[in-house]
Amino acid sequence: MGASRKSGAVGRNVPRKEGLDKVTGRAKYVDDLHFAGMLHGRTVRSTIPKGTVTGIRFEFDRKGFTVADFRDVPGRNAIALIELDQPCLVEREVRHFAEPILLLAHENREQLLDAERRIAIEYRASEPLYDPARSPKCFKEIVVEKGDVAGGFSEADLVVEGEYRSGHQEQLYIETNGVIAVPENGGVTVYGSVQCPYYVHRALRVLLDLPAEKVRVVQAETGGGFGGKEEYPSMVAGHAAILALKSGRPVKIVYDRVEDMVATTKRHPAVIRHRTGVKRDGRLTAIDIDVLMDGGAYMTLSPVVLSRGVIHATGPYRCENVKIHGRVVMTNTPPNGAFRGFGAPQTQFAAEVHMERIAEALGMDPVRLREANAFRPGDTTATGQKLGKDCSAVKVLREAVRKSDFRAKRRAWRGTDRGIGLSLFFHGSGFTGGGEVKLASKASLELTETGARILVASTEIGQGTRTMHAQIVADALGIPYGNVEVAVADTARVPDSGPTVASRTCMIVGKILERCAQEIRQKLGKTSPREYLAKHGPLVVTKEYAGPDGLYWDDDTYRGDAYGAYGWGCDVVEIERDPITFEVRPTRVTTVQEIGKAIHPVLAAGQIEGGTAQGIGYALLEEVAMRDGRMANAQLTNYLVPTTLDTPEIGVTILENPYPHGPFGAKGVGEMPIDGPAPAVINAIRSLGIDVREIPATPERILESPRSGAAGG
Amino acid sequence: MKFTLNGKTRNVEAPPMKRLLDVLREECGLTGTKEGCGEGECGACTVILDGLPVNSCLVPFAQVRAADVTTIEGLRGHPLQESFVLEGGAQCGICTPGMILAAVALPKNAGRDEIRTGLAGNICRCTGYTAIYRAVEKAAKTRTLRRAGN
Repeated sequence: MGASRKSGAVGRNVPRKEGLDKVTGRAKYVDDLHFAGMLHGRTVRSTIPKGTVTGIRFEFDRKGFTVADFRDVPGRNAIALIELDQPCLVEREVRHFAEPILLLAHENREQLLDAERRIAIEYRASEPLYDPARSPKCFKEIVVEKGDVAGGFSEADLVVEGEYRSGHQEQLYIETNGVIAVPENGGVTVYGSVQCPYYVHRALRVLLDLPAEKVRVVQAETGGGFGGKEEYPSMVAGHAAILALKSGRPVKIVYDRVEDMVATTKRHPAVIRHRTGVKRDGRLTAIDIDVLMDGGAYMTLSPVVLSRGVIHATGPYRCENVKIHGRVVMTNTPPNGAFRGFGAPQTQFAAEVHMERIAEALGMDPVRLREANAFRPGDTTATGQKLGKDCSAVKVLREAVRKSDFRAKRRAWRGTDRGIGLSLFFHGSGFTGGGEVKLASKASLELTETGARILVASTEIGQGTRTMHAQIVADALGIPYGNVEVAVADTARVPDSGPTVASRTCMIVGKILERCAQEIRQKLGKTSPREYLAKHGPLVVTKEYAGPDGLYWDDDTYRGDAYGAYGWGCDVVEIERDPITFEVRPTRVTTVQEIGKAIHPVLAAGQIEGGTAQGIGYALLEEVAMRDGRMANAQLTNYLVPTTLDTPEIGVTILENPYPHGPFGAKGVGEMPIDGPAPAVINAIRSLGIDVREIPATPERILESPRSGAAGG
Repeated sequence: MKFTLNGKTRNVEAPPMKRLLDVLREECGLTGTKEGCGEGECGACTVILDGLPVNSCLVPFAQVRAADVTTIEGLRGHPLQESFVLEGGAQCGICTPGMILAAVALPKNAGRDEIRTGLAGNICRCTGYTAIYRAVEKAAKTRTLRRAGN
């Protein structure tokens, strides 16, 4: 970095805005907050997966308790999201285990838990459905078509087919879901562990039948989200608000770990079938993919999860003839929802394991096959999007292969219990298709005596929102980073910047803030902020999302520019297999990711390191055991996430190929890192000659998998 | 019941079987100690009890009679706190107090493998641990420098 940039904040590892509060224990999470007269709230849930409620008996003295059911919902008994299909409280029909039926509140937490055990709910049970292939209800079907698939297959020298399966995954933020609802000003204020304050705001308006100004949602410090606090907090907030309005007192609901794991959303399980036509030289002539996702009992965000999954389903490869058919369907398990990657980890797992199998079928080097087909600038994706100069698929592949010494290790380890595999992947930044135009997000910047205050609904959930936004504003305004403040994400103070999801907080909201800062800088001219305020009074600049010219999307045909930009990544995973237990231990990950511009290199690397570790868990450890529609291992003792001993050394290389419409060239970074590890791990296991097609690849699954007969490829 | 909390003698009345975690958060008002799982798996509630890191969700209050307890509020300007901020060891921050206290209890000049083993009882879902190792190693260097320099 040149000396002239030294005064700037972008590209430097400035101290995290709330870092000191977090390392001293001063940061206040929702469970750390207390209000006078506060009650504790509890949700009483169904103990069957499907049926109807026929009776409820309270076998305790209800004095001192607030009890609420669906009849206490002032507005519409539904969680407003894409559709209004999910009730906030069961009226009669139960569609999944752990579905909320009753709410209880009391001053004393122990008495509350004791009372909960003395409630008897009677049901008439009916036959549940768990197999998505047999589901009678489809939440969303998507077909993507490009070129002439039949013609493409007739050109092929070889057709490779395969089916790949991925299981549920629990987000496992270390802070469980929680909110406090406070009745005030004829409405309600909710403090919560949330990713998307305005999602909660809208859900409460519908549920409580209140005007916008009577509902206020304030984000407390949030101990991780990973998508798990995208839509579910609307449910928790709804429950607390109903109890608060009924009791007239503040009500805190903080889930314990078991409740959080049993009741809240998970990553969608998927079954993905590939059929690919390929020439002897490795060129892909036709791709036909079928994606089936298990949505669980209600729609939640399933249509958009499917959409992102389908659009990424080919992996980062060019082919003129593509058909992708995707469906997400209902089953009688708790609803699945947002989880980092949002459908793309499932489909790219399948795509990259399939690619490895194509290389084996051709007897071709897996790197060469990928190089031959990887997207280049000017190529078109499955939806017909023409890729720009910031397409870096080949670059990340070559760099990861070189850095990891992939070829030499693969040769040297042939016939041993050590394996090495790779995956090439991409990830679109921002909402899919016309999503950003529909969101029309806003961000505001307020001039202060010494600098500026950021007003956005984007939340800090660990990824560094406050810090990264402040860096962008500091440089766009030409002031020191320390002079930029960030307001609390409070719907009474900040505009709706859209949800904190979809790798959009830097690229989309950061860009809007940059434009706000540019306007303020222009207004200031040579005047200092203090002088300006004295002369003209307060200054707040608000801007709305403005997409790059020429971005086009047709939601009916699924043609067009699916995302403003894509990040590009390549993972190489090295493993060791225990020959006795069949346990696979990852020993090293080399990952190269191109993200446009790292606004804060340490934070960006942190996203990549953390996402990679979650991906390793997804590949090998994290198995949700669904028995009779219920998560049977809903505790940390037997749902295993990577500890220090399960997480290999992760070597990160960040490449920067600027996206002209991102702030300082930045694209998204949050989700992409979780797309790559699972297929790279499975391909490393393939290099040992074991044909695994399902994750997590537990020792049992590895033991039961057939030999692939292609050891060393 | 008397015990030493962050260097000061405290006399706290609480049921003997109440979890130390809850006594610290509710009776003592020290909310820096976090609950992650309530079953001793995640380490978010780690405090130092008589020099050793423990999961405060598994310790009944009766067990700290006359003992010495250090929580995150008892660390003031420890080099680990600064290095966790600078190296990206804290992301969402909910595991951070417990992680820092577990790191405080590591042997001096611990190598990477010792750090890995010593922190194996503390789950971080954000960082993939890499930045935490960097932070621990940097703090050890800072301490060495401080001893040499001051």
